Amino acid sequence: MTTSVLQPLESLRQQPGDNVLRERGQREVFCGLTGIVWMHRKIQDAFFLVVGSRTCAHLIQSAAGVMIFAEPRFATAIIDDRDLAGLADANEELDREVERLLSRRPDIKLLFLVGSCPSEVIKLDLSRAAERLSSRFMPDVRVLNYSGSGIETTFTQGEDACLAALVPEMTDTGEQEQLLVVGALADVVEDQMRQLFELMGIGPVAFLPMRKSGEIPGVGIGTRYLLAQPFLTETAAALEARGALRIPAPFPFGERGTTAWLQAAAKAWQVSDETFEQATRLPRERALKALAHQRDVLSGKSVFFFPDSQLEVPLARFLADEMGMQLLEVGTPYLHREHLSDELNMLPTGTQLSEGQDVEKQLDRCMQAKPDLVVCGLGLANPLEAEGVTTKWSIELLFSPIHGYEQAGDCAELFARPLRRRNLLSV
Amino acid sequence: MKLTLWTYEGPTHIGAMRIATAMRDLHYVLHAPQGDTYADLLFTMIERNEKRPPVTYTTFQARDLGGDTATLFQDSVRNAYERFEPTAMIVGASCTAELIQDDPGGLAKGMKLPIPVIPLELPSYQRKENWGASETFYHLVRALAKAPESDIEKPRPTCNLLGATALGFRHRDDVRELCDIMRTLGIDINVIAPLDATPADLTRIPDADFNVVMYPEIADTTASWLKRQFRMPYTTTIPIGVGATTAFIKEVAGLAAVDPEPALRDARSRLPWFSRSVDSTYLTGKRVFVFGDATHAIAAARVAKHELGFDVIGIGTYSREFARDVRDCAKELGVDALISDDYLEVEARVAELQPEMVLGTQMERHIAKRLGIACAVISAPMHVQDFPAAHAPQMGFAGANVLFDTWVHPLMMGLEEHLLGMFREDFEFGDSATPSHLGHGGGTVSPAQSRASSEASAADDDEPVWLDDAEQELGKIPFFVRGKARRNTEKYARLQGVAKITVDTLYDAKAHFGR
Repeated sequence: MTTSVLQPLESLRQQPGDNVLRERGQREVFCGLTGIVWMHRKIQDAFFLVVGSRTCAHLIQSAAGVMIFAEPRFATAIIDDRDLAGLADANEELDREVERLLSRRPDIKLLFLVGSCPSEVIKLDLSRAAERLSSRFMPDVRVLNYSGSGIETTFTQGEDACLAALVPEMTDTGEQEQLLVVGALADVVEDQMRQLFELMGIGPVAFLPMRKSGEIPGVGIGTRYLLAQPFLTETAAALEARGALRIPAPFPFGERGTTAWLQAAAKAWQVSDETFEQATRLPRERALKALAHQRDVLSGKSVFFFPDSQLEVPLARFLADEMGMQLLEVGTPYLHREHLSDELNMLPTGTQLSEGQDVEKQLDRCMQAKPDLVVCGLGLANPLEAEGVTTKWSIELLFSPIHGYEQAGDCAELFARPLRRRNLLSV
Repeated sequence: MKLTLWTYEGPTHIGAMRIATAMRDLHYVLHAPQGDTYADLLFTMIERNEKRPPVTYTTFQARDLGGDTATLFQDSVRNAYERFEPTAMIVGASCTAELIQDDPGGLAKGMKLPIPVIPLELPSYQRKENWGASETFYHLVRALAKAPESDIEKPRPTCNLLGATALGFRHRDDVRELCDIMRTLGIDINVIAPLDATPADLTRIPDADFNVVMYPEIADTTASWLKRQFRMPYTTTIPIGVGATTAFIKEVAGLAAVDPEPALRDARSRLPWFSRSVDSTYLTGKRVFVFGDATHAIAAARVAKHELGFDVIGIGTYSREFARDVRDCAKELGVDALISDDYLEVEARVAELQPEMVLGTQMERHIAKRLGIACAVISAPMHVQDFPAAHAPQMGFAGANVLFDTWVHPLMMGLEEHLLGMFREDFEFGDSATPSHLGHGGGTVSPAQSRASSEASAADDDEPVWLDDAEQELGKIPFFVRGKARRNTEKYARLQGVAKITVDTLYDAKAHFGR
């Protein structure tokens, strides 16, 4: 089904000379189902049906910190003891629930069956279920599947698994030249990127994921792709299996990150320095100006990252390189050396990285290091605040537009706000 | 398998966490895959606790499944014991670990830790959060409670307050109110549990003369075991509302053999006068739908009817374990009970009944918002807004004051409602007007919505047709009764065999139904 299980084993292997602490213990992280919270808003005619337990339903409902009260485009088919005891045919049950769902939501064109820990453990074959349901509901509804289970995926890996499941649906565009931007971005960021590429004469440009299922891009040996997010291991492998070539680049956070990211594409399309300069000069200046506002607050302050979204390394680079922050520890669930190679090179030498987690030991280290700012998940933030530690909860970094020039200031502001707030309050 | 958009209750192990997090010096080792740690945020973000829940998760991954998850579990138990030094431990499995059948109880027992280790079997695929909490509390008390020394001298009667947990709807505030009542009555509190209790406190529970069951969903099983085992009587009245608080005080005074009078005279009790005050006349007969856990739904329905003069047109609960109590209450009110944890079913019932107000959970708040109906929240599931900064109990006389305020607040005030009825064509005061003391939101409903819901309830071919002027006249009726008026008129038309609804039909129907 998925190959991500192998990845941590690979990265656990000690590599000589690097400064990476590898730990195993309690991992205070979300599972991949959490990605549904933003993915269901991104693809407007898609529905995410988790096949799992009450815990799964409860997790998604709680993951955004508070319950989200719009008509959601996600739901859970909750497995009960009848399914487990074999009293009910789980596949028949699933078909019935899918039917109920689709009759309620005729606007849905793409349905993801999302695997969970219990569905993986009882070996419910969702890929066959997806095939069966697809053949029944096509052409109205396409049914795909991926796993967001906690035993196989951590937090943002859910998006990776979802996008990887879309790759086989992309038509073959053969040698036709194309730039494919991969990773869910806020709509406004996507529009800005599209315009910048247009100004440089790079194109055609397509985005994965698409906003509507009917707009799914194609892929082929003429496709070169840029990762907009650092956690898309499986998606990248699937695209490469279809002939696409990755344009190596750092990630578009901050002014320098964004410039380097755009430059990588510009180089691949042989855009002249002059054209590049012309296209990017204004937004670059704006980004620098916006960043300057936050530098007073952030510069010289120390920051400690708990592993969470895999955005840690690029964001740490941005905070150190562009905002003058001091990195105490940069924790990440997985360290993908290939996709992060540019980022790792831009980190200050000797930066302490950590991969995996033993949360109790990491908390001990954190308290000892006395950071000015801690970036961590929702479970840890308030207890740390209560100990007098200023925190930035990391899920917001997935829910806010932080990529690109126009958002560089907002990205910095997300880290500066808790520090400013602490100074502001006198209670 | 069952399709679920929103859940009213979490899984059983969340119930166990609510007990563990409420207590002190207790630790919970939960065999669970990574990801299940999300549960921490319920307590740190929704309840805003300053400490992480006392829970260690084994967080196994796929690669561990082929190997030795049992060893992983034992290592977690050992590390948790050494790091947190609890005086007792509970161990169990979440839904996924239940499937891999490692037997956490047996594994932990084999380690021979020098503290009580209480195994929990909480079937995740049959039961839910409140049951898990109840069962956890019961097993803790059963394992730890000790028979009292026969020669304890007690100058005053004593009781235990049972059932308050972490992540409970105003539990901490309710405890404070009940402590005040007991103090006034001259009754000493022996143990409050599980909230703030230690395992050592649980051993002392049988020392008290009787138990107060605050929330039957959590404490009923434990209290009836204590009654069987130690002959401890327990209370059955839930002191929510003025009437129930009065009855509760008398019940407690009876059990403790003290005079109830001092507690019955509470100068803070304002609900009775506010409700009799003429400005409350407009509350008369407001049609209300009630939904929540059984305890809060039943209490709310009675308060709504007897203390605010509302008309309770429907009641329901997601607590299947207490369905019978809710059915009895529904019978008493002359309405049908809805026993369901299906959010869509509740939504359909609200749309069908067209109440003027919903007393429900955060889910019903969402339903009510969509349908343009006023709503007040009376029960869990918990939302950060259900942890107000101010003391806001539900129980006792102060709790009744809180109910009055929070239920009346979402409604349109009496005179405002009249003016709106009289001058519906006022361009600034039209269909979308919300109560003037609410900035925005509140009750707005488009004509299309009110029509859609009425059409959904009856889709016959021989439906009476609304003529334009009748439709226009209907539009002049305030939105919060328009749905009802439409339904009544259509019902009347069918009754009379009228195919075309005119303005006269509308008013004939009004006269016929007396409303």
